[in-house]
Amino acid sequence: MGGIILDIVLLFFLVVCALAAVRMRDLLSATVVLGAYSLIMAVIWTVLNAVDVAFTEASVGAGITSVLLLATLSRTRRGEAGFEDAPRRRVVTGFRPGNLVLLLVAVFTFATLVYGSTDLPDFGDPEAPIHTHVAPRYIESAYKETGVINLVTAVLASYRGYDTLGEATVIFTAGLAVIVLLRRTRE
Amino acid sequence: MKEHVVSKTVARLLIPFIQLYALYVLAHGENGPGGGFQAGVIFGAALILYVICFGIDEGRRRISEQAGDVIKSLGILIYAGIGIACLWAGGAYLEYAALPLGSPKLASHLGIFGIEIGVGIAVAGVMITIFFETARKDEDD
Repeated sequence: MGGIILDIVLLFFLVVCALAAVRMRDLLSATVVLGAYSLIMAVIWTVLNAVDVAFTEASVGAGITSVLLLATLSRTRRGEAGFEDAPRRRVVTGFRPGNLVLLLVAVFTFATLVYGSTDLPDFGDPEAPIHTHVAPRYIESAYKETGVINLVTAVLASYRGYDTLGEATVIFTAGLAVIVLLRRTRE
Repeated sequence: MKEHVVSKTVARLLIPFIQLYALYVLAHGENGPGGGFQAGVIFGAALILYVICFGIDEGRRRISEQAGDVIKSLGILIYAGIGIACLWAGGAYLEYAALPLGSPKLASHLGIFGIEIGVGIAVAGVMITIFFETARKDEDD
């Protein structure tokens, strides 16, 4: 029971943070709220027993991403368009027929997702397809074959070594792209 | 940022511990949560904290552009190089067990540790590069 209350509280604050980040016109505040969003997400991953993902979410989402967004803001502007002209002004738009269509699309998508989620296996169900395919082989032989206790590391670094090399290359390419776009070399 | 004594003092105290923690995360990734990616991010965050508190010029004096470029390329080279070393040893690409380091299990263990180090170095290098290049103000801005 306590677990359900914790889940509801965390998901509630997650939605609050997401809505606040979208609504805010001050991008500095939006960045800080996004950091809080990532921190709550990290706690949710921990509740779901995905500690490696939680660790990454906390260090990358709440830590580095916020700092890099702040650095980007220092080069651009602090607010969205119109923020500096009237920081206190609330944009109130009247009813438009287009909004009703958007609402219908959103409600229909939500209803479809809820309908689809009823067919999903329960959380942690040992008979779920994802737990009966390659997972048993990893659990049985990962330590024997790789000599690594943490299954996540064994899968990432050994069984999926190509993928991880590709991911590292993607990050490296991002660094190169930033250099190409922003670095000024002295003539 | 000459006048910010508190942030400078706190940063000077914290940075060694953050870096040590990053190394712990790197070394501990095989036994618990963590690994090269998270370690690289934490190490990069420690360097970014230094640059924020002491200024970009002081940070550039510690880590030059060339050093940053070499560091992050080195990380990828370590990863890909271990893969090629596995080829030389007669295995498939990134088949660590083929490396001639005692038993196949130990070789696999050390190979995984090696690529985690490579990922960590590359990620830390890329993070500080992105921060340096985006936070710097151009003269003509």
